[in-house]
Amino acid sequence: MRDIWQRLPTRGKTFCLAALAAAIAAPLVADRYLLSVLILVFYFAYLGQAWNLLMGFAGQLSLGHALYLGLGAYTATALWTLFGIGPWIGVFIAIPVAAAAGMIVGWLGWRFAIEGVYFALLTIAFAEFTRIGFDHLQITGASAGLFLSVNSPGSDKWWNLGGGPLLYYYLALILAAAATLLVAWLRRSPLGYRWLAVREDPEAAQAAGIDIFRAKMIAMLISASMTAVGGVFYGFYYRNLFPSQVFDIGRSIEIIMAPIIGGLGTVFGPIVGAILLTPLGESLTALMQHFGINTPGAKSIFYGLTLMVIITLQPSGVWPWLARKLGLDRPRA
Amino acid sequence: MPNDPFKFSRRSVLAGGVAGAALLAAPGIVRAQAQTLKIAVLLPQSGYLAQAGQSCHRGALVAPQVLADLGYKVELVHIDMESNPDVARTQTERAINEGAHCIVGAFDSAGTLAIAQVCEQRQVPLIVNIGAAPQLTEQGYKFLVRNFPTGGMLVKNGLHQIQALIDATKIAPKTAVFLHANDNFGLAQRKGMDALFPKSGLPFKLLESIPYDPKAQDLSVEVTKIRGLNPDLLLVVTRAADAIKLVRDTVRQKFQPMGIISPGAPGLYDEEFYKALGPLADYHIDALPWANPKSKVTQALEAAYTKAQPKFRFAVECFNVGFTFDALMIAGDAFKRAGTTNGPELMKALKATNLVDHAMIGGPIKFDEKGQNNDIPSASVQNRNQTPTVVLPAEVATMTPVLPMPPWQGRK
Amino acid sequence: MTAITLNIIVQGILTGLVYGLMALGLSVIFGVMRVVNFAHGEFTVVAMYAAFLLFDMLGVSPLVSLLPIAAAFFFLGYVLQRTLVEPFVSRAEHEQFILLVGLATVVVNGLLLIFGPDARPINLPYSFDSYTVGSLFIDKVRVFAALGAFAICIALFLFFRYTRTGTAIRACADNLTGAGVVGLNVKQLYAVTFGLGFACIGAAGTLMATIADASPGLAPAYTLLAFVIVIIGGLGSMAGALVGGVLIGISEALAGFYIQPSMKSMFSFALLILVLVLRPQGLMGRRL
Repeated sequence: MRDIWQRLPTRGKTFCLAALAAAIAAPLVADRYLLSVLILVFYFAYLGQAWNLLMGFAGQLSLGHALYLGLGAYTATALWTLFGIGPWIGVFIAIPVAAAAGMIVGWLGWRFAIEGVYFALLTIAFAEFTRIGFDHLQITGASAGLFLSVNSPGSDKWWNLGGGPLLYYYLALILAAAATLLVAWLRRSPLGYRWLAVREDPEAAQAAGIDIFRAKMIAMLISASMTAVGGVFYGFYYRNLFPSQVFDIGRSIEIIMAPIIGGLGTVFGPIVGAILLTPLGESLTALMQHFGINTPGAKSIFYGLTLMVIITLQPSGVWPWLARKLGLDRPRA
Repeated sequence: MPNDPFKFSRRSVLAGGVAGAALLAAPGIVRAQAQTLKIAVLLPQSGYLAQAGQSCHRGALVAPQVLADLGYKVELVHIDMESNPDVARTQTERAINEGAHCIVGAFDSAGTLAIAQVCEQRQVPLIVNIGAAPQLTEQGYKFLVRNFPTGGMLVKNGLHQIQALIDATKIAPKTAVFLHANDNFGLAQRKGMDALFPKSGLPFKLLESIPYDPKAQDLSVEVTKIRGLNPDLLLVVTRAADAIKLVRDTVRQKFQPMGIISPGAPGLYDEEFYKALGPLADYHIDALPWANPKSKVTQALEAAYTKAQPKFRFAVECFNVGFTFDALMIAGDAFKRAGTTNGPELMKALKATNLVDHAMIGGPIKFDEKGQNNDIPSASVQNRNQTPTVVLPAEVATMTPVLPMPPWQGRK
Repeated sequence: MTAITLNIIVQGILTGLVYGLMALGLSVIFGVMRVVNFAHGEFTVVAMYAAFLLFDMLGVSPLVSLLPIAAAFFFLGYVLQRTLVEPFVSRAEHEQFILLVGLATVVVNGLLLIFGPDARPINLPYSFDSYTVGSLFIDKVRVFAALGAFAICIALFLFFRYTRTGTAIRACADNLTGAGVVGLNVKQLYAVTFGLGFACIGAAGTLMATIADASPGLAPAYTLLAFVIVIIGGLGSMAGALVGGVLIGISEALAGFYIQPSMKSMFSFALLILVLVLRPQGLMGRRL
């Protein structure tokens, strides 16, 4: 850990500390609306980190991360509603469930050498397959949805993940910060170097004695597990789940926006992307209302255009560019 | 410009979070004893529920004037929740920050529950205009009322209407098939059907209940399956556009049931249904809550609606608009009685609602301790001359029901 | 085999050919350029609206407006490639993905803004007709669409096999560097390919408009379905798209009939997983 810290340039250290302090202190000045936006920012930053591990580092394009999100959410909420098992325990069951799904996808994909877009389609297929499966799973309410009560004993206590916005805010912040630390550490670890080797040139990596399959599987394992934790958060934050919502391909696409726009394969990319995109949507809505434009769809048009502009101007993401501008990038080793 | 706030400097980027905060944060308006009730209406005007959301929205647009004429002072803020619970949640927070005293919404259950989280914490009443998941009023929200039937209620009333239709038309169906969308609305009704049909005493046999995927592009196999079972009655719970596909394939496969009846689903009475099917849209029956053509409130609403939507073929969209309007009226009425915009007081007044004059058919609007209005009857609405027409119950009907429906062939 | 099973299979084949028709444009673009057109379904729906407008305002039958719309879409695709997509051809998939998802968002919401959310039907005199063969009912409009699918497929085959441009495009798909070396104008050829793909989208959308009612909400499902079909059928194989479509159509029909309609697309995805694992190049694709 210390190693990571020391490698940061001085300016970067100041920047990190300032950002963290600002995030911790934000509830002092931010109102509830802003907090609700920031919760989404950290939530997407967290999920972005999880996805970035697999795609940004190990180079495997997953368009089906809603699968792990949904499995995590459903496992933990079902344990709570059916057996009264709280989420702090439930999360440790949710993780292996999602990880197992990740292992199946990864094993099938990589044992049979499915690459690139094909692998992406494989992940979509699994997510959609599971969505329809959950649409028929009676024990979790099938397509009618799974609902968490708000007045059963203990449902408003923090140890059952119930409470006001501050709880969810700090939880999301901790998740995002912890994920960033983990990713920063992994990136510098031998495993991280193995991933980069696999991403850049699988054949050379293999020749160098790296077990590519194993490296990818570990990336999938961590990525799916982290996403499942995000799913637990989602389930208890919204307190209702529908397969058509959580397992939807739209969810998967949402997850990957922030890391790509922010900067794929970078530690801070997913955070920067989330800080840009979620408030972008909200500001557009606010602007539309401010100017009295009530044309449904107009906001999304601007949102889509912004995505196109960013990816055209900064194909490797906003963060690498921003870091250069701010003098925060590491001197190239 | 020395103080250009948009000048891009390193420092301003460092302060980016704060700047963004300032841009987003609305001026916190202190809640005072207002003269009018400010209601935020959250509806899915874009996204996959846009069709229904925009239909509700048209009702919300004309409501303030009608309500003002009736002596209720409300001011509306219209918000598009994009069929996305994330947006619904943040926008609710924002609306309340900007002074909304009450929320009305949000057509679908997932969005409504995202709003309910916020309303519960901020003690701002949420009035559900449309949303059939029984759990909405079973999860224990204290700041939520719903003037809309649960899936079970819809089925119960629907089955009553079917019995009444059989009595009125003297048809003798022996068999029926129940086809429903496998989504939260369809499944809620399926559960109602499974529980209530065996006890309903209806004189026909339910051969099979068939769920279909609302994301599927094609219903021809479903129709073939139904044709194979050859039921006298086809009971359906569809989504708007699916109803068109269903009838089209039924006609193409020359399957002729006595009637196609829905126990309260969207689709069969929407303008797009008539446009797509022409004469073939006629004689289908939807047994669902409906605007009361004989109520003064409805007549006022119709007048305002006709003025606002002169191109629209009907006086009013009786279901979506009616329920949205009634939700707003309930809010206005509670405010009138409470005399304050304070959330808990408003909620107390809402729970004590006893609203006799309103747009939809039924007795006075009252809520039980869970916030559910348990008395929302259904009417039988049959498409006649490509217009949804109330045919039962007799006291609000403008025509008498026709069953079995005339054959597909030869319709003009 | 009972009459009803036979009918189910015939319907599955017809529906499948319609699906295949929808996927042809994707197969062309994806197969040659490896560009992942995630706005495929969105443009299909644009074509449906174009057909609707021509029918609604000028009374032009979709079977007539097919060619003009396809031509207009060729132009649209050509311009899109030249302006927007070209810099992305050699870029990573996820970058193409964001660009086209952004484009898709713009298109879908643009349609919503212009046309509203209601489904727009094209009511042809024969919209509700079906051919009766023994105990079989065969929908007229689906037969037309299926014939259209075959026609487009054959036209593409002839183009790629017997024209200079077609051969050149195939050369680009087979060996990009080699194509550059022998002096082919790859950029130009890619723009033509994109245009061709879009012409297919235009033709397919026009035919689709006779079967399904145009509405903005259709688009994402079309994109996904097209991808599934193209992967199952095999990249860059026009016949593969039809075979993939038919396979999906039959599997959905049988699963819908014998198991449960709401579970039918589960089998499409299972089929996709199976194909990816056992024959990743697709049923009709060449070895990778």
